[in-house]
Amino acid sequence: MRKALLPAVGALLGLTVALVLTLVAFGLPLADSLRLIWDGSLGSPGGLMRTAVKATPLMLMGLGMAVAWRAGMYNIGGEGQFLAGALGGAAAAKVLTAVPVLLSKPLVFVSGFVWGGVFALVAAWLLVKRGVNVVISTILLNFVAIQMFEWALTGPLQEAKGRTPQTDRLPEALMLHRFDRQNDLHSGVLIALVAVMVVYAILFLTPLGFRIRLSGENPRAARASRIPPSRYQLIAMAMSGGLCGLAATVELLGITGQLAKGFNQQLGFIAIPVALLGNLHPLGVGLSAVYFGGLFAGSENLARFSNFGTTVMFVIQGAAVLAYVGVRTVLERRQVEGAEVET
Amino acid sequence: MSALLAILMYATPLVLAALGETVVQKAGVIHIGIEGTMLAGAFFGVMATLATGSPWVGLGVGVLVGMALALLSGVFALGLSVDQVVVGTAVNLFALGLTRTLFAMRFGASGELLSVPKVPSWQGIDVVMVLAVALAASTHWLLFRTSWGLALRSAGEMPQATEAAGFSVSVIRYAALAFGGATAGLGGAYLSLGIAGSFADNMTAGRGFLAIAMVTFGRWKPGLVLGACLLLGWLDGLQFTFQAKGVELPFQLFLALPYMAALLVLAGVGRGAHAPAALAVPFRRSR
Repeated sequence: MRKALLPAVGALLGLTVALVLTLVAFGLPLADSLRLIWDGSLGSPGGLMRTAVKATPLMLMGLGMAVAWRAGMYNIGGEGQFLAGALGGAAAAKVLTAVPVLLSKPLVFVSGFVWGGVFALVAAWLLVKRGVNVVISTILLNFVAIQMFEWALTGPLQEAKGRTPQTDRLPEALMLHRFDRQNDLHSGVLIALVAVMVVYAILFLTPLGFRIRLSGENPRAARASRIPPSRYQLIAMAMSGGLCGLAATVELLGITGQLAKGFNQQLGFIAIPVALLGNLHPLGVGLSAVYFGGLFAGSENLARFSNFGTTVMFVIQGAAVLAYVGVRTVLERRQVEGAEVET
Repeated sequence: MSALLAILMYATPLVLAALGETVVQKAGVIHIGIEGTMLAGAFFGVMATLATGSPWVGLGVGVLVGMALALLSGVFALGLSVDQVVVGTAVNLFALGLTRTLFAMRFGASGELLSVPKVPSWQGIDVVMVLAVALAASTHWLLFRTSWGLALRSAGEMPQATEAAGFSVSVIRYAALAFGGATAGLGGAYLSLGIAGSFADNMTAGRGFLAIAMVTFGRWKPGLVLGACLLLGWLDGLQFTFQAKGVELPFQLFLALPYMAALLVLAGVGRGAHAPAALAVPFRRSR
């Protein structure tokens, strides 16, 4: 029990401290700011919907990061896999215009997942076969993906008019269902929630998940049990990239309806703190995505009443991660040292 | 000649950051936070220049800010042995948010046109450009020709041996981080004070990550790292030449070349790559 509680306490402490300190540091009235953030996020129906919309891609990508990091693959190529998935989704939508929506819609999602997954597999393959550090290869691949994305927007996927580097707007029938015309809450939220359950089930209820986790935590033990870690690292990385690609497809079909420059919104980098503060656990990632989605939604509200962007959330995220890992390390170390004294 | 100088000028922030990162990685630390460090250097450099009117003060402040952020990373990554990738990611987000927010608070959400005095140059050459080239030679000398460099490299290859020889891995890694922070901060400040004469939101636009990529492309050798940065600058400039001449070429594929080349080099060299063996592995002295 204590083992499960510790990270949760650490996360909560880190997040609260970071939020309050950041607001104070920027000289904002604390009570009023907190109220504005609360109203814009969890404190009102509109805010709740905004939170859900913002949390959706964070949840999917955070899950992706969690799966890869669990397998010991420091995937920081979420940005590239997101863009690859976006291209996969948009390409499928373009090719399948003649196909009935009932069939083409699922295929668009599959295509986004596969493109993101295959793109991530490049990095995994480079590690497994050639010993190339995943951190470095995913950074390099991010740049390749950005150029590939911009090329596609001026080349094969460019709008019919051929004027601006962007894709044509998707037909309304292909877009995800919107519950209400007044806001942009879409059914992609459900996809993210289902993904939390599926990833949880895979990681903790199946032999595959056990092998993935063992490959990351203790590759030597895995090898001793005749589990080849590299195979499960490949699988984990494909799932990770696939989830990032899925996130991109959900954004495309749920919000934007077209691809243009800036589509990635740096989600690939924000997803890493989401996964970390969720303790790399699918349910934790779900909660931390809602928390950060709420912060983004709330800070939009705050921005409306102060000359002060949503950008302060990056400060909070950065500070929160440092506070969280710091608090957790100190607590764990104290626990270990205490145990040593007992023996 | 002037075209070459232009390439060098645009490559200078990258060269500075990449050379610092080379030293940091040689000591066994991967400093992902270099992107945020450059951005902070660019921002606070401009703010200091705005306050004092001197770009030299701005460059100095850039160096100090870079060192401060590097030491902050050190406290977590070295002192607490937190995963280096985690710390770096946090530092990047922190710096991005901090500069954006402070910029918006000071100059409004749109960011009014901001202009500060630039670093003076003679015939297209300025002090920082010279420093960047000189730094490639001096870091090579430092790393491969001095006993300090030997100790530093051993901390990146086999930290236990470093300790056994009487050096402190922790001190070496802190020093390397501080050096890398200083050059990244200077690179960032040069971006805003030497090239742009202004600050814009997220103006580093991935240059820090690029620097990490160039370290790999240059295979952790300062001379090759310098060459890699200049090659990238040349390719980057080439797209404008092509556009001016009306050559129809998907220049994005061109821009992706250095990264693909770096990946190919790494894949080709495979496990024989000269990556420091203890890169990103935390070291705790056993009691």
